Amino acid sequence: MPYFQMTRLALKWALTKPPTTQYPFEPRRAIAGSRGELIFKRDNCAYCTLCAKRCPTGAIEVDRAQKRFTLDRLRCISCACCVENCPRDSLSLSTGHGTPSTTMESYFCDQGVKA
Amino acid sequence: MARTIIPFGPQHPVLPEPIHLDLVVEDEKVIEARPSIGFVHRGLEKLVEKKDFSAFVYVAERICGICSFIHGQTYCQGIEAIMDIPVPPRAQYLRTVWGELSRVHSHLLWLGLMADGMGFESLFMHSWRVRERVLNIIEATTGGRVIFGSCKIGGVRRDIVGDAIKDTMAALDIIERETREITQVFIGDNSVKKRLRGVGVLSRQEALDLGCVGPVLRASGVSQDMRQQGYAAYPQLDMQVITRTEGDSYARCAVRCDELFQSLGLIRQALVEMPAGEIEVKVTGFPNGEVIMRTEQPRGEVVYCIKANGTKNLQRFRVRTPTFANLPAMLKLLQGCDLADVPVLVLTIDPCISCTER
Repeated sequence: MPYFQMTRLALKWALTKPPTTQYPFEPRRAIAGSRGELIFKRDNCAYCTLCAKRCPTGAIEVDRAQKRFTLDRLRCISCACCVENCPRDSLSLSTGHGTPSTTMESYFCDQGVKA
Repeated sequence: MARTIIPFGPQHPVLPEPIHLDLVVEDEKVIEARPSIGFVHRGLEKLVEKKDFSAFVYVAERICGICSFIHGQTYCQGIEAIMDIPVPPRAQYLRTVWGELSRVHSHLLWLGLMADGMGFESLFMHSWRVRERVLNIIEATTGGRVIFGSCKIGGVRRDIVGDAIKDTMAALDIIERETREITQVFIGDNSVKKRLRGVGVLSRQEALDLGCVGPVLRASGVSQDMRQQGYAAYPQLDMQVITRTEGDSYARCAVRCDELFQSLGLIRQALVEMPAGEIEVKVTGFPNGEVIMRTEQPRGEVVYCIKANGTKNLQRFRVRTPTFANLPAMLKLLQGCDLADVPVLVLTIDPCISCTER
């Protein structure tokens, strides 16, 4: 029945639940292990600058003297190189992304204060 | 009949990426196609002078959004060959699994685009629906959906263990069932056959003379697949090269459909036979030497030429991508075709222009 193959499939698919997430009524379920945005825990950080040295895009700046950690979120590619190299577990990746924002400042994670 | 030139692209409803063709037509027949490319050149090869050789794997992955993992893998294999790094067997199997997942999602994407090119919108949507399941496996195992970021020099960065293997196997069963439904339409439906059979025939000799690679070459009856040369875990896996002899658009479509099941089989085999052990080795020092690395991407053979001089930056880096090799064949196919067949013929080589222009 080569003529009605697609018709049968289309009918079958029409009668099943939509495979897409019904956003915004149903939020996107984060998949465990997904690489989302970088989370910085200030209390653990020794300001060793290892993360900044290993970042392939140069998104992290660490000032040891002033104890300042700055992340440029527009440059971050969520590769987790910094997370793997952090000796004190002060960096981790969440499975999701932050909420959208209208100000530039919020793209910079400064001193661990995530805007 | 006077000749007319019709511009086709770089922005065109059926083109996923920007390529411009000047189609010289006489009535409805295309006499000649003159291509112009270069709309998405990003100068990635030059970046080796700025990026550390170990960080460059992230750039290599971004050469192409669809075969990203295999680009990263080829780059890593090249550096590993220069530095003589023994990659652990488990890492080789994991690379094979991700490489094949990348092939499955690329071929499903292509099937969707092909259906779109033919005007078969519902088939396009449903091909991409199945692809979404593959992307979910990729996200669960590597953390990224399109840019995997899981390959590194000396091995891989993530492992697939325990429940993840079970979940992947279960998802593969669903993907195989749904893919079979979709490919039955591509292979068996009369309207698809009428659109593809006998359109853009490329003989075996023409395919060889024009230097075609990948499914385009295999659809013309040449049994050539870079996976046969035995990189990653392919030597340990049972794999037969899929070929067709007709050389037309239908054969190119059928080869890709069959390769989907071949890849699903390879993933299953690799997950079952994957040995236990380390997934990476520590890399010290800088590469010094030159290497040419060839691997099989969804679109065909990719060639990497890497030259290093013992410093942290590479001296020279060059990529010959499969679409670049298939472009002469595409121009040959377009000569003498009907104007209405142009979208189908452009799509049958699975053009990836971002790869080509880097």
